[in-house]
Amino acid sequence: MSSHRGEIVAINGNMITVKFNGDIIQNEVGYVLSRGRRLKSEVIKINGDRAFMQVFEYTKGISVGDEVEFSGEMLSVQLGPGLLTQIYDGLQNSLPRMAEDHGFFLPVGVELDALTGDDKWEFTPIADKGDTVTAGDYLGWVPEGIFEHKIMVPFYLREEYTVQEIKEKGTYGINETVARIKSASGEQVDVTMNFNWPVKIPISAYREKVQPEEPLITKIRIIDTLFPVAKGGTYCIPGPFGAGKTVLQQLTSRYAEVDIVIIAACGERAGEVVETLKEFPELVDPRTGKSLMERTIIICNTSSMPVAARESSVYTATTLAEYYRQMGLDVLMLADSTSRWAQAMREISGRLEEIPGEEAYPAYLESRIASFYERAGLVELADGGRGSLTIGGTVSPAGGNFEEPVTQGTLKVVGAFHGLSRERSDARKYPSIDPLESWSKYKSIIEEEKIARAKETLRKGQDVSQMMKVVGEEGTSIEDFIVYLKGEFIDAVYLQQDGFDKVDAATKAERQKYVFAKVVEVLDKDFSFREKSDARDFFYALRHKFIDWNYKEWESEGFKEQEQGIDSLLKGENNEESVHQNSEHSG
Amino acid sequence: MRKVCTKILSIAGNVVTVKAEGVSYEDLARIEASRGTSLAQVIRLDGDTVYLQVFAGARGVSTGDEVRFLGRPMTVGFSENMLGRIFNGSGEPRDKGPAVSDNRIEIAGPAANPAKRVIPSRMVRTNIPMIDVFNTLVESQKLPIFSVSGEPYDEVLARIALQAEVDIIILGGIGIKFDQYMYFKNTLEEGGALSRSIFFIHTAADPIVEGLMVPDLSLAVAEKFALDGKKVLVLLTDMTNFADALKEIAITMEQVPSNRGYPGDLYSQLASRYEKAVDFEGAGSITVLAVTTMPGDDVTHPVPDNTGYITEGQFYLRNGRIEPFGSLSRLKQQVNKDTRSDHRAIMDGMIQLYAQYRETEEKRSMGFRMSDWDKKLLKYGDSFESQMMDLKVNVPLEEALDNGWKILADCFKPEETNFRSELIKEYWPKT
Repeated sequence: MSSHRGEIVAINGNMITVKFNGDIIQNEVGYVLSRGRRLKSEVIKINGDRAFMQVFEYTKGISVGDEVEFSGEMLSVQLGPGLLTQIYDGLQNSLPRMAEDHGFFLPVGVELDALTGDDKWEFTPIADKGDTVTAGDYLGWVPEGIFEHKIMVPFYLREEYTVQEIKEKGTYGINETVARIKSASGEQVDVTMNFNWPVKIPISAYREKVQPEEPLITKIRIIDTLFPVAKGGTYCIPGPFGAGKTVLQQLTSRYAEVDIVIIAACGERAGEVVETLKEFPELVDPRTGKSLMERTIIICNTSSMPVAARESSVYTATTLAEYYRQMGLDVLMLADSTSRWAQAMREISGRLEEIPGEEAYPAYLESRIASFYERAGLVELADGGRGSLTIGGTVSPAGGNFEEPVTQGTLKVVGAFHGLSRERSDARKYPSIDPLESWSKYKSIIEEEKIARAKETLRKGQDVSQMMKVVGEEGTSIEDFIVYLKGEFIDAVYLQQDGFDKVDAATKAERQKYVFAKVVEVLDKDFSFREKSDARDFFYALRHKFIDWNYKEWESEGFKEQEQGIDSLLKGENNEESVHQNSEHSG
Repeated sequence: MRKVCTKILSIAGNVVTVKAEGVSYEDLARIEASRGTSLAQVIRLDGDTVYLQVFAGARGVSTGDEVRFLGRPMTVGFSENMLGRIFNGSGEPRDKGPAVSDNRIEIAGPAANPAKRVIPSRMVRTNIPMIDVFNTLVESQKLPIFSVSGEPYDEVLARIALQAEVDIIILGGIGIKFDQYMYFKNTLEEGGALSRSIFFIHTAADPIVEGLMVPDLSLAVAEKFALDGKKVLVLLTDMTNFADALKEIAITMEQVPSNRGYPGDLYSQLASRYEKAVDFEGAGSITVLAVTTMPGDDVTHPVPDNTGYITEGQFYLRNGRIEPFGSLSRLKQQVNKDTRSDHRAIMDGMIQLYAQYRETEEKRSMGFRMSDWDKKLLKYGDSFESQMMDLKVNVPLEEALDNGWKILADCFKPEETNFRSELIKEYWPKT
């Protein structure tokens, strides 16, 4: 424990240079004492007796000569029951409590405890007196909303311990001792229900990492069917502005079939966060019937909040996610946007006068991105259970050009790529994930042959469409034209999804399998039409029926009726009368 | 606290350095030059060396000039009497009226707590179909107009300002031409809106650094009014000039540029201004409309690119029309569910068809034979452009939606469109 002091010698934006005595730690937290305020800062470089520190607050008003107090601790988060439903800033200060105390604006130099000590929790022991335990082992549990929140041996304890004492079932505060454990070397530790963990160090209190295989259902058709994500996997969503990254993340955070969702709003618009934090408590989680907020933590560092805290917000979110993973839960962490996090690194790197890499990003950009995504994974825990952490990050490439350092650095390390395209969003095709550019290394819920069939149709349809731009519709054979129409058909009725309709916004795996089979039936069917206009009329009528079908509740009467309409249209495809009749009917 | 230095160590660009102690970051100083006095702001401290950015420019500053530190950051006067007044980029009167000194407020204050914001829920009616129908403007939205120089962006701004139901209009002009400034003044005066407007004007003739303060001044005053429960509309033109001023300072300070000479923190700098747009819980709101001119009509230029990632959508102004492609209002979903049941369907459906028209138009210009379907699309495209996109069209939302159905019925059979059957039943004009 150092607890040293230092003095500011230079200020440049959000970076200060501090002259210090004694020893300090890399990434140690210090506080600038200025005009009665305490501004939290972090050591990012040490050179001789100079420490370079990034300040997590606005530096307006601080002076050369101001004192800096070092804490002896690295930047940490507090872990314990009560984290769920919270809305934190990047340093784990509760924003609603901040608003209660300080009103409309975020105060400078105010720090709140992440977990208030007031709440009492119903503790049930799991471990018995005399048990041997190590870091991460379960000592007991408390109910937190719909979950069994495990009380674990703190992760920082490195030895093997024997449980000396454990409290009986009862109600305790988070700071009360619930167990006393002792190591072979005689070290005795009083365990409470909460402890701290440094955000930049991954939690590794598990037996081993295993290969992610089970699909994570997002209920977004194009993702689950064509470009799936696995529980414990990683994926990224790069896209130009306005292509729908954030809407896609919001839909995922609502409908994804996981236990816990942690949203890291990193350097993005405050308005979008407000939507999430005002709407989530009202929305019902279909899996539990409770409010969606009960499975959610929001870490919010919007673009107008200080830059350095933006960098830490991503780590804060990841650490909280890893903590819940240790309880054997499936956790999804959504970071929007990782580019802002990278830019925060770039700003600091520039102020440190480091030699810049491509587009002035620091040379260590790629390794930082890689180690961030590597914190995801499916792990086997000490008790044999499994927990997973899935990370999905959006990327905001400059100019929408994927050939830039952050996108490229991310693509090297993720398991799935959902590239959003400007052309698709311009044509209002949502979600605007490009079906020809995107890829996934994970297993889909649907058989591979069927997916190959769909992808082939999309590719051929695209080829024909390109060709038609050169030779015109009259220069295209009717066979090619039908391929083109089939490509358009699968895009319109399956890949596109109405995120604002309460039925169409979320498609369960079962329904996806069912509907996709029908789509493939259309793709496999040989059609013959006399004229291209007949083919077009037929496919447009079919498309119309399919889109109406998408809006019908799964397995409802309307759903079945609509399906019959589709079947009869498919059967009577060569009978012009019936095509005509049907299309008139739907109009 | 007040300190006076009489020796300027270096002058480079618009940045001067002096030796002083006890100076705080972002404090103000006054430089007494033979040519006149100017305000300057501390932008870096290194030991006892103080770097100052001089608002009036360093031209004519002598190494022997007096630098007096004011011991406080930049402030601006705030009072109800500011309505109808015109100020310059340092917040001083430009209209020969008295200075506002009664109530000084700090500019560039802390960010609003997201927990105290509310979800925007009120539509701003502009009677421009391309906005009202396709990209609805919402109170507390931040939205730029992307265009090349020469497009009628000032006209669009002025029209929205006059049409919108707001309590106060604040115009921040950064590097604008004198006649642009006069245009706004005259238009708002004719429309009877000048008495509820405040102007902060930095013209192209003024020193470039002075323009840097304009957004902060405008937004600080707007914020005060909003906290008093007022609905404020802030117009900023042109934010590209603001970014260029940032670039100039960054290069003078020898910062490593990230992209085309712009500093790496351009995103954060722009965001801290745009994010002042807010709807306060239990108080007023700030809506920000800004103009961003795109050098060479290039949307991937760092200024429009960074802006697009910050703002809640954008309007593309091209050839005197608001382009349906690329234009976007991210907040439209908050309001267009409550306008009319066909609003969203018309919004998406008409654009999808217009996209097809554009493709057909391309084929036609290459000389391909037009199929019946192509001919329908061509007819549709023409009607869409003349009855929806033309900026002369001035109709309320409901009328614009009705016009949309008329155009559709005029060109297509119901099943050729993508609309759901219920909507067609309800809205498709009966012949």
